[in-house]
Amino acid sequence: MAIREAEPVGSLREVKEAGLDREDLLGIYRNMVITRGIEERGHILYKQGKIPGSFYTGRGNEASAVGVATAMGPEDVGTPLHRDMGVHVTRGVEPWRIFAQYMGRSDGPTRGRDGNVHMADSNLGMIAMVSHLPAMLPVAVGCALAFRIRGENRVAVGWYGEGASARGDAHEAMNFAGVRQLPVVFICDNNQWAYSTPTHLEYACDHLADRAQAYGFDGVVVDGTDVLAVYREAKRAIEKARGGGGPTLIESLTLRMEGHAVHDDAFYVPKEMFEEWAKSDPIERYRTWLQAHAELAGEEEDEISAGVKKLLNDALSRAEESPLPEPAKLADGVFASPEDLDTPHHK
Amino acid sequence: MAEKTYLQAISDGLREEMRRDKRVFVIGEDVGVYGGAFKVTLGFQEEFGAWRVIDAPLSETAIVGGCTGAAIMGMRPVAEMQFADFISCAWDQLVTVAAKQRWRAGTPVPITIRLPSGGGFSGGPFHSQNPESSFAHIPGLKVICPATPEDAKGLLASAIQDPNPCLYFEHKHLYRRIKAEVPDERYETPFGKARVHQAGDDLSVITWGAMVYTAEEAAQQLDGDGVSVEILDLRTLVPWDKQAVLESVRKTSKVLVLHEDTHTGGFGGEIAATIAEEAFEDLDAPVKRITAPDTPVPFSPPLEKAFIPQVEDVVAGLRDLSEY
Repeated sequence: MAIREAEPVGSLREVKEAGLDREDLLGIYRNMVITRGIEERGHILYKQGKIPGSFYTGRGNEASAVGVATAMGPEDVGTPLHRDMGVHVTRGVEPWRIFAQYMGRSDGPTRGRDGNVHMADSNLGMIAMVSHLPAMLPVAVGCALAFRIRGENRVAVGWYGEGASARGDAHEAMNFAGVRQLPVVFICDNNQWAYSTPTHLEYACDHLADRAQAYGFDGVVVDGTDVLAVYREAKRAIEKARGGGGPTLIESLTLRMEGHAVHDDAFYVPKEMFEEWAKSDPIERYRTWLQAHAELAGEEEDEISAGVKKLLNDALSRAEESPLPEPAKLADGVFASPEDLDTPHHK
Repeated sequence: MAEKTYLQAISDGLREEMRRDKRVFVIGEDVGVYGGAFKVTLGFQEEFGAWRVIDAPLSETAIVGGCTGAAIMGMRPVAEMQFADFISCAWDQLVTVAAKQRWRAGTPVPITIRLPSGGGFSGGPFHSQNPESSFAHIPGLKVICPATPEDAKGLLASAIQDPNPCLYFEHKHLYRRIKAEVPDERYETPFGKARVHQAGDDLSVITWGAMVYTAEEAAQQLDGDGVSVEILDLRTLVPWDKQAVLESVRKTSKVLVLHEDTHTGGFGGEIAATIAEEAFEDLDAPVKRITAPDTPVPFSPPLEKAFIPQVEDVVAGLRDLSEY
């Protein structure tokens, strides 16, 4: 029951045991590169004045997001947050729709009604986040409750951050999930800064994963820059939940490598902290591992980079062609009609 | 047809929905073994099992948020707040998540929240409120306030089958006091259709919930004066039957809006404003509002009596209007 600090991933053999073949490994790499590419282009779009409001990224969290999403089954569901673009990418949201979302266009998943990463494709099993964190944790627990009532072998994944860990929704969600041993996995993206607030002003325990024990389930701390370690821990937790073993809390430790949002230069984060964590950039770290353990050669790497570049350039062009939403339709869909329930999940 | 209390009608209606639709489940504090604080779900757990009649921890946020997740996964959850007052603990889940999800992300959230509301028993500030107006202000929520046993059953069936978050305010002062015939078969009472509780020609009272009966008693006293009062029971506030209200105004030309919720920002203000906008020319007197005052609900009986609109308050209001 005590929390565990996860070992880093070592050999290719170990990874294969965790269920990944070489193609999967390259897919993970590609998804991480796409994730960062989308957010880097988002920065440019913002500077060009094409993104209304503010702009948030998950730089430094690519491994954590992609690692967890890769471990989920196709029927599993989740409530990813604003640092978890990699989840949407891994689940298959097309990048052009993400750019359309950023720019408030009608082809974004929320059709211009909400911005940033406040989006999800319900056909891909994702539920769109709200700004109030961690309000989506009770919702994820409710998904798990439905699976439990119906006796389905599906798992819900709920994300939150170390800042949101201070709010009551997290407690109520985890307590209920523990009491009922529901098939849910909690992912705490601990990126060490909640806007400008450091961890020691958010919580007083050593690790947030320590709290799992109090809720009656397992907690584990994993290095969130090690995509394969994240994958292994998420896979273990998800399959445990699927098998009736109850929830797990995975604390994924990273550093938020940019400000809270684009307007924030993060002056309050010590320079040395950025320098230290830059040494374990998730994408660089994984590339090095792939070179050492999976024979990733320069040519193959270039091919992936070129493919991602083309994908994102095309995506951007397509998103820019997407029309702006029509003000006349503003009031449509405040209330659902019975036909709206005709979705894969609501049936 | 059988004569049933308001409470029995709610209980029977809920049981019937659970029998016919496996997606319906009940969750709340003490709803299982204990049968609910007011015994609406008495015997449910024996019939439907502990996973369809779920005793939740004292966690309104987890209850409402959990219902939202389960609903998005295809269930039709019915949550019970032990008292309507406790819905404040789940405000975020209801207002931030459930109410906006369909409009924002295209994901409907078909949940029903049962809210035992209203005062009259010295429940004090935290067991007596009628917070329906607060929620009527939130786009995306439906607000249901049955007054009769027949409507209690039919509106509950409609709420459970509705694809939206529905707040079902069941007035505690009606639970065992009000008895009436309830059809045995299943039926759905449509939202947004007001009910003429009694027809009249001289004055209109627009109201809902327990105040329907306060209005009825007041109207009886005016009968002696030869003044005929029409009482319109709105049944649902979102959507509300604007047409029926305007028709009644056009017929009587004098209107009293009556509610047990507090005054400022109460739903009566919306009704009065709509009448002023759309039926000004039909009025023979200013629209009158009788509501609770802008205070918390008091505990001590004389204070509570001063808070909740009483029959004599309504009689006085109707006489004022009649003489105008």
